[in-house]
Amino acid sequence: MSKPKFSMYWGASCGGCDIAVLNIHEKILEVDETFEIVLWPVAVDAKYADVEALPDGDITLTLFNGGIRNEENEHMARLLRRKSQILVAFGSCASEGCVPALANLYPRERLFETVYAGPTTENPEGRRPLERAAVPEGELHLPKFYPTLRTLDEVVEVDYIIPGCPPESHQIAAVLDVVFAALRGEAELPPKGSVLGAGISTVCEECPRKRDVKKIRAFRRIQDGPADPEICLLEQGILCAGPATRDGCGALCPLAGAACIGCYGPSEGVVDYGARLMSAVASVIDSRDPEEIERILDGIPDPAGAFYRFNLAGSLLRRGR
Amino acid sequence: MTFEPVLIGFTCNWCSYRAADLAGTSRTKYPPNIRLVRLMCSGRLDPTFVLKALAEGADGVLITGCHPGECHYLEQNYKALRRYHLLRRTLQSLGIEAERVKLVWASASEGLQLAEAIRQFTEEIRALGPLRWNARPELRSEDAPLEAVP
Repeated sequence: MSKPKFSMYWGASCGGCDIAVLNIHEKILEVDETFEIVLWPVAVDAKYADVEALPDGDITLTLFNGGIRNEENEHMARLLRRKSQILVAFGSCASEGCVPALANLYPRERLFETVYAGPTTENPEGRRPLERAAVPEGELHLPKFYPTLRTLDEVVEVDYIIPGCPPESHQIAAVLDVVFAALRGEAELPPKGSVLGAGISTVCEECPRKRDVKKIRAFRRIQDGPADPEICLLEQGILCAGPATRDGCGALCPLAGAACIGCYGPSEGVVDYGARLMSAVASVIDSRDPEEIERILDGIPDPAGAFYRFNLAGSLLRRGR
Repeated sequence: MTFEPVLIGFTCNWCSYRAADLAGTSRTKYPPNIRLVRLMCSGRLDPTFVLKALAEGADGVLITGCHPGECHYLEQNYKALRRYHLLRRTLQSLGIEAERVKLVWASASEGLQLAEAIRQFTEEIRALGPLRWNARPELRSEDAPLEAVP
């Protein structure tokens, strides 16, 4: 009997998700032993045409990381959906847009301006990518660059979400163990739509820092000196995203003295990540005077970046204007 | 065609909702552009509600509550105040005019004042023009014109 098939693909992402999967150490051998890897650009050589040639539903498991930034990403998302029994939005980019989605704050023209005419680009002829270019050998095509980065589930139906930027390797290993057991008929797969490899509460739940009464008179940033090692960071005026962020990472950042930046996405039941975090942060500001509140809020210099660092594409507004 | 703003107004059960009721029973006119939603308190106003209204087609959102010091739940309207200030900054940072969200205090007896505030807000948003977020073509990539790519 032939082995079940596995694929992993990247859309608009950094490659960190792929590395997190490779980082499951010897369990990667079990992946190779259990599955036939039909597509995984970072690890094996395969062509899109090989995937196109497979019967529909032939791939058992696809981990799709990265957002849908261009026509190629969308083509692959639709193709892999059709070919896969289980499609997982893997990591923050695929499930909520992540840092690449902060480009949604700007129109496409501004992005091209930055990339192809910015101070770090040598481009005296002002060349820009062309979707179609006639060369002596024929016509060349580049995928259309979309004006808005979308999450995977805006484009195709997604079976599961594994959050994180990137997902923690021990969580990936735990999810794979469930998949292996299910393939052996020893376990049931979780209900469709589940968030896997994470908790259902918030990072605060996992954070061992001492919590008392939260009352903030000023926000502090990292350059304002080191944080107290034991007290809740938000209580110290450090904008920590713990209260809105799903647990599962083990509160790694707060443990290291750095604020949670929200990479595990919205906690269970949260509709709009930024709104939840704004709600939590505004509640602890210790002032009833509009002018003083404004003064305190001056300590958050980039609200869109602070509240939607990982979640802009997955938010209610989905982009800026 | 003239632009008629679509406005959502969040009211507090104990003050501004009753002010709106008073405006109605005393036949005070205010523009029909606003759709009022009753909450138990302005402190119940999750910023999600405002973002959802804007994302689904509202041009402006009016948040109303009890005057400072008069909250039925002691101090939840101060929470609303702080969330309002933070939300406006975030909207601004997303490129949406902060003026599209406004906070007004109105006690149960201030039907006239609330009607006037609604009239004023309607005119402010009329002057600002439509937001119509859900109609933005760039949110649907397949609709984006190809020639817009340089």
